[in-house]
Amino acid sequence: MWADGKPIVNSLGTFLEIFLQALTAGILIGAIYGLMCVGLGIIFGVMRVINFAQGEFLMLGMYFSFFIVVGFNLLWFLGPVLGPYTGALLAGPALFAVGYALHCLLISRVTGASVVGTEGDGHYAQLVLTLGVALVLQNGCLILFGSTPQSVRTPLSARAWEIPLLYDANASLFLNKARTVAGIVSVVAAIALYLLINSSRLGKTLRAAADNAAAATYMGIDVDRAYRIAFGIGIGITAIAGGLVATYNPFQPYIGLDFVIIMYAGVVLGGMGSILGAFWGGMTIGLVQQLSTLVLPTQLQNAAIFVIFLLIVMVRPQGLFGRATDRI
Amino acid sequence: MQARRSLIAPLLVIASLAVAWIGLGLIVSNSYYQLMLTLVPIWAVMGLSWNILSGYTGLVSFGHAAFFGLGAYTVTIALVHFDITPWLGIPLGMIVGAIAGIVIGYPTFRLRGQYFALSMLAYPMALLYVFEWLGYQEVPLPMKRAAPAFYMQFSDYRVYIALAVALLVTSLLISLVVERSRFGMALIAIKQNEPAAEAAGIDTFAWKMRAIVVSGAIAAAAGGLYAVVLLVVTPGSVFGMLTSAQALIVALFGGVGILWGPLIGAAILIPLSETLQAHLGDVVPGIQGVVYGVAIILVVLLAPEGIFWRVRDYVQRQRPPSALPVMPMPPRAAVVEPALTPPRQRKPILSVNGLSKSFGGLRAVADASFDVSDGEILGIIGPNGAGKTTLFNLLNGYLQPDNGKVVFAGHELTGLKPNRVCRLGIGRTFQVVRAFPRLSVLNNVVVGAYATTSNDADAFAAASKALAQVALVARSDTIAGGLSNKELRLMELARALAGEPRLLLMDEPLAGLASQEIEDLLALIRSLAAQGTTFVIIEHTMRAMMRLAERFVVLDHGRILTVGQPSDIINDGKVIEAYLGQKWAAIRAHG
Repeated sequence: MWADGKPIVNSLGTFLEIFLQALTAGILIGAIYGLMCVGLGIIFGVMRVINFAQGEFLMLGMYFSFFIVVGFNLLWFLGPVLGPYTGALLAGPALFAVGYALHCLLISRVTGASVVGTEGDGHYAQLVLTLGVALVLQNGCLILFGSTPQSVRTPLSARAWEIPLLYDANASLFLNKARTVAGIVSVVAAIALYLLINSSRLGKTLRAAADNAAAATYMGIDVDRAYRIAFGIGIGITAIAGGLVATYNPFQPYIGLDFVIIMYAGVVLGGMGSILGAFWGGMTIGLVQQLSTLVLPTQLQNAAIFVIFLLIVMVRPQGLFGRATDRI
Repeated sequence: MQARRSLIAPLLVIASLAVAWIGLGLIVSNSYYQLMLTLVPIWAVMGLSWNILSGYTGLVSFGHAAFFGLGAYTVTIALVHFDITPWLGIPLGMIVGAIAGIVIGYPTFRLRGQYFALSMLAYPMALLYVFEWLGYQEVPLPMKRAAPAFYMQFSDYRVYIALAVALLVTSLLISLVVERSRFGMALIAIKQNEPAAEAAGIDTFAWKMRAIVVSGAIAAAAGGLYAVVLLVVTPGSVFGMLTSAQALIVALFGGVGILWGPLIGAAILIPLSETLQAHLGDVVPGIQGVVYGVAIILVVLLAPEGIFWRVRDYVQRQRPPSALPVMPMPPRAAVVEPALTPPRQRKPILSVNGLSKSFGGLRAVADASFDVSDGEILGIIGPNGAGKTTLFNLLNGYLQPDNGKVVFAGHELTGLKPNRVCRLGIGRTFQVVRAFPRLSVLNNVVVGAYATTSNDADAFAAASKALAQVALVARSDTIAGGLSNKELRLMELARALAGEPRLLLMDEPLAGLASQEIEDLLALIRSLAAQGTTFVIIEHTMRAMMRLAERFVVLDHGRILTVGQPSDIINDGKVIEAYLGQKWAAIRAHG
């Protein structure tokens, strides 16, 4: 068999091609996951609140984008390529408003200064509350929009860039155009948010509220307002990611569940509360998911993510608890 | 006493509920209502299962569908592939559920709070995809026309109602046993203050494991019966998010931490959502989920612990307050000032050898060595941040040292968890009192007594004795949350005493007490010491400590500065420097 070395080289080449294909797909999907994780990461980082309904806001971002682009065709003047991406970006401010309002109406009742000292400082209550919100949104959307999968198709959805691989004339990488553009937009949006948080006055306020809510209050910062804004921004960012996913992935009202664990895993991996960390966490999950297809059947892709999530939580709990100090 | 309530009333309630439910089943002929009469008990059982783990311990599980689904698939696969009847399949499923409890609980109990909740969510989600991948998308249970009863298949639907009620009664009885025993008390103590429970000798990990095993088995039984009743199993219906949510919601809605809660929740929510689903399901397919979502939002906002507690609070407020006896001032502890025995040649009961602990670059305790003699009162003093509390945490097992060892009465303590240390005979009280705020004073102390007693009657006797020792008997039935600072400190002391410690570690026991209260506590400690208990006390109130302690260990920056008798310590230049700075040390030396 060694005498006939050719098939081995060939299969190695094929493997390399498949591997590179999975790697690029992982990077592109990872960038989008990264953006969603940043959304969840801001909420957790500032408020120490785990928002169970984050996946549902991702789904709302998809439907928002769908309705203004496809349903009502409000962005016809932008053409079939620019329209869907503009729609995705517009989901940001729209869902920011929803998140801001939701925080005023519901979340603020079980978080913040009023609940300090109650069981688990209200974490228990807000986790269950956001579970209720998730159920209402999922099933409410099912009632309103039905279970037929929708998508925001662009002319890019079914096209790919072909990049020749230099080591072999016959091999090349295919980059789905919709995913590639979505990945690039994600990176740009994440960088923009990073700059906002790190250089603006608003960002300083948020970071102060995150670091020590009581001290920030004494310094004249309206912590409750900071929380509302953080909650709104977090949801808006995740909704933009949702709008981008919608350009290459069909969706229905229950799709949030598929992404919510991805987001938790990414944020946990990135070390809870760091925006850059959350992005890289999401990126890692994307890579793991795509590379796992090399060794696992596709149906187990999602199971693999859950297992990885559990492993992260078990093996690196110190990364999870952040600055949790329990003075005995 | 409030905790030793009779079991007759709840047993009567359970019996009459069962009779009424089966009676209702005999009357109703509409097949749809019959299904409802079967589903309500099944989901109530699911809620009870959730309650045993999450309601009592406060560790919220978002993943009870894992156990439910494993039960359902065990029954189904056993029947389809191996022709095993559900009569055996359900017990088999319970075993699988219990094992799943061990496999899930062992790693996941390392996590707390929200991380525990989220991790629990991942288990059924992963199982869902695995079962889809295995090709069990939709498995119907085969009809066995030859011997239907043998395969738990009945044409008369009322049999299913009876089976569901039997399962419910069993689960209620299990819950009752848990709730009224040290099992439940341990879980409730964990919910209210886990470190305190551990320090009081409760093996928190072991009790949590027992809870998840029992809970997993019950949920699996519910899942198994669900499969038998519905005759078809899909991964989505048994491992799905809604299944986990339903378990949590019926319990949370009805009442957390009480066996009636899940029953109330299921009896209200299941018929409501199922009826809406049946009448409007075609038009508005997600109505069931919306109902649950709204129910849970309303409960969290309006009655955070569930309907049961809200109603109970309301009823109690309506009742005219019975004329409360005027609470007599607790009698002072018998102030017998025993002549302090001079530190003779006594055997060391505790030896600390080269103990070190660093947090990152900070050396909190560095190479500490000292002995504690049997029967003495040893004071540990030092400026803030000197490492005094860290030293205690190393001694009682909250922290493990980087180096060094601790030997207590011949036992090496290194590597032991706080509950083991406690049961070896080292009690502890805390700088900030760690009470179980919603338990009565007596029950708080009973938790401490479990460490040394094997049955509940002994535990109550030991607790009463400890309360008498600290003169807090009059407050036995008060809820701990309503105590004054001094009473809380006495209660915490009684909780430690109930475990019959040979050595008591007290962290700033005098903090926040008025001068007369300090005198009372000093007298109490002296009399306990005279009866043979050894004390190590961290305290800042030097004036009081000078009169109490026989020896002092002075800590500064994690190091032992000096060990000596009170009179030597106050004149020691190094000690003055540590507390007041070089300038004062110089003045003292020259003046």
